[in-house]
Amino acid sequence: MAGKTLYDKIWDAHVVRTYDDGTALIYIDRHLVHEVTSPQAFEGLQLAGRKLWRRDANVAVSDHNVPTVDQRNVTDPIARLQLETLKANCGLHRITHFDVGDPRQGIVHVMGPEQGLSLPGMTIVCGDSHTSTNGALGALAFGIGTSEVEHVLATQCLVLRKAANMRVRFDGVPSTGVGAKDLVLALIGKIGTAGATGHSIEYAGSAIERMTLAERMTVCNMSIEAGARAGMVAVDDTTLSYLEGRPYAPKGALWQQAVASWRDLHSDTDAHFDREVVVDAALLAPQVTWGTSPEMVVPVTGRVPDAAAEADPVRREGLRHALAYMDLKPGTAITDIAIDKVFIGSCTNSRLEDLRAAAAVIRGRQRAANVRQVLVVPGSGLVKQQAEAEGLDRVFRDAGFEWRDPGCSMCLGMNPDQLAPGERCAATSNRNFEGRQGRGSRTHLVSPAMAAAAAIAGHFVDIRNWN
Amino acid sequence: MQPFTQCTGIVVPIDRPNVDTDAIIPKQFLKSIKRSGFGPNLFDTWRYLDEGVAGADCSSRPLNPEFVLNQPRYRGASILLGRDNFGCGSSREHAPWALLDFGIRVVVAPSFADIFYNNSAKNGLLLVTLDAAVIDGLFRAVLASPGYQLAIDLATQTVTTPTGEAHQFAIDAAIKHRLLNGLDDIGLTLQDAELIRAFESERQRVAPWLFC
Ligand code: SF4
Repeated sequence: MAGKTLYDKIWDAHVVRTYDDGTALIYIDRHLVHEVTSPQAFEGLQLAGRKLWRRDANVAVSDHNVPTVDQRNVTDPIARLQLETLKANCGLHRITHFDVGDPRQGIVHVMGPEQGLSLPGMTIVCGDSHTSTNGALGALAFGIGTSEVEHVLATQCLVLRKAANMRVRFDGVPSTGVGAKDLVLALIGKIGTAGATGHSIEYAGSAIERMTLAERMTVCNMSIEAGARAGMVAVDDTTLSYLEGRPYAPKGALWQQAVASWRDLHSDTDAHFDREVVVDAALLAPQVTWGTSPEMVVPVTGRVPDAAAEADPVRREGLRHALAYMDLKPGTAITDIAIDKVFIGSCTNSRLEDLRAAAAVIRGRQRAANVRQVLVVPGSGLVKQQAEAEGLDRVFRDAGFEWRDPGCSMCLGMNPDQLAPGERCAATSNRNFEGRQGRGSRTHLVSPAMAAAAAIAGHFVDIRNWN
Repeated sequence: MQPFTQCTGIVVPIDRPNVDTDAIIPKQFLKSIKRSGFGPNLFDTWRYLDEGVAGADCSSRPLNPEFVLNQPRYRGASILLGRDNFGCGSSREHAPWALLDFGIRVVVAPSFADIFYNNSAKNGLLLVTLDAAVIDGLFRAVLASPGYQLAIDLATQTVTTPTGEAHQFAIDAAIKHRLLNGLDDIGLTLQDAELIRAFESERQRVAPWLFC
């Protein structure tokens, strides 16, 4: 019999029962909650007269609507009601809630790993598609809809159909200036945004093994942009040293016991994968998206494509539409694209390591005259504190960047941080959809170092040979 | 959940592939804490000429006359005809809520995105997958005859045209059963409460660090 993949192992350990139709009842170890997708679920629970199944499995945080300047002053009454509703629901059900003002408050996918709330071998869910970020810890983590949030609150379980197994191997040593974000963008460019639909991805290969946990989280974060609900990395010493001593991680004898069990959290050598993709990381250049889907991506050395060269009529129409929306001419060199604003943040790239990478590029330099605003938004209050302790905030401020309070910020513009119509932004977030950063906004997805360099140069540059 | 058995109604065609959930219900409306009231903002960016603001009254906003939902011939539509990969993008369940609140009971398309499919099933919105060639024919028929209606029957899994032509569609047996009976997923799972409790105590024994 073939061995098991990491996904198989975690799945098998959580099956409460199977049903005749091929679905299974899966136990959920951790449920992370935020203000946008939970109010209707709590309301449903109450209307049905049901109780919360297991209080301590749930932890909540406010993030999407929180302003990044003067956090407590939420001027939009509807956003304020949504934030207050989360607080009231957590109070009613006695759920731990990191509210504005708590240093642990931040983007839900940054907070979970940082607190040690997300642990190897767990099933982790949250009403948000980027929950896959937590898979970097060797966990099965995925986003769910609001009905499923209610289901987990009421039963601590979900009815699921098992996904197929896919392995993505990043081999080789990337050149200096090419980071985790570039690797995952290149993957999405290669397989497309529906490339991993129906699969759970395991990231492996020497480039992944060498990565820090923060970098692995960046990669797992964007699994959903490749079509997969979950992405994960096997447990190794990097995972363990990241977790040891985190507030909610086990301590003492329990830690020893946990580590012994976590050591098995990798795919067996003879495990079967339904699909395998190999990317040579050594060959990659920094990546920049040019269009309105994350798969519309090229190396920084490349050019904006020509729709006319596309043979498939449906795709050709899509390219045309994207070029028009982005106001780009085919054949334009990526490094000739001037930008108006820069956003460094989001659950993809707002951890301490990301901020360090951005700061390293800009030290002692100034924001370009044509760049109107640069937002640097740490992923949590604790990231903010650590960055300030290292003096990163000074580096950013000295360069003319704005140093903000933690939250989702300009990733999706549900709070005051938005682009004006037609504005072009170099962003470290994960989606470049039409209108994502504000009505008529134009988004180019890049790594933190590439975004910071673009802020200084006023246009995209190849940071491998830029100084 | 409201049960779904059959539906006969006017068909409104949305002729583009990859209609994403951001288009179905834009982000500013996700601030609501209710499940209802999203209908007036369904396809907000395409439907109105001004910018949609959450909580604002839509009755006096300027309509985009080009957009199909605004054309009188499609008034009262309960069936939406779409193209490939309908419902892609974010996991927001507000998308099926908005369609239902507007009065749409069925979406017919060649393919749907994963999470949208699940979210719809959980809310009693029937998604019917038909061959791209059949869909092409339906688009032509709808455009050719104002007031065009389809009859959809879940029990027999058929879509019937006004001329009596019947198209069979496939559907996951579990989803069909739940839709037909309007079953409550949570109620079904809670029938296994004893099993969940037993699983939980065993898990606590082998992985006690998950329960502190
Ligand atoms: S940072 Fe962006 S992608 Fe991440 S959770 Fe917030 S809104 Fe979603």
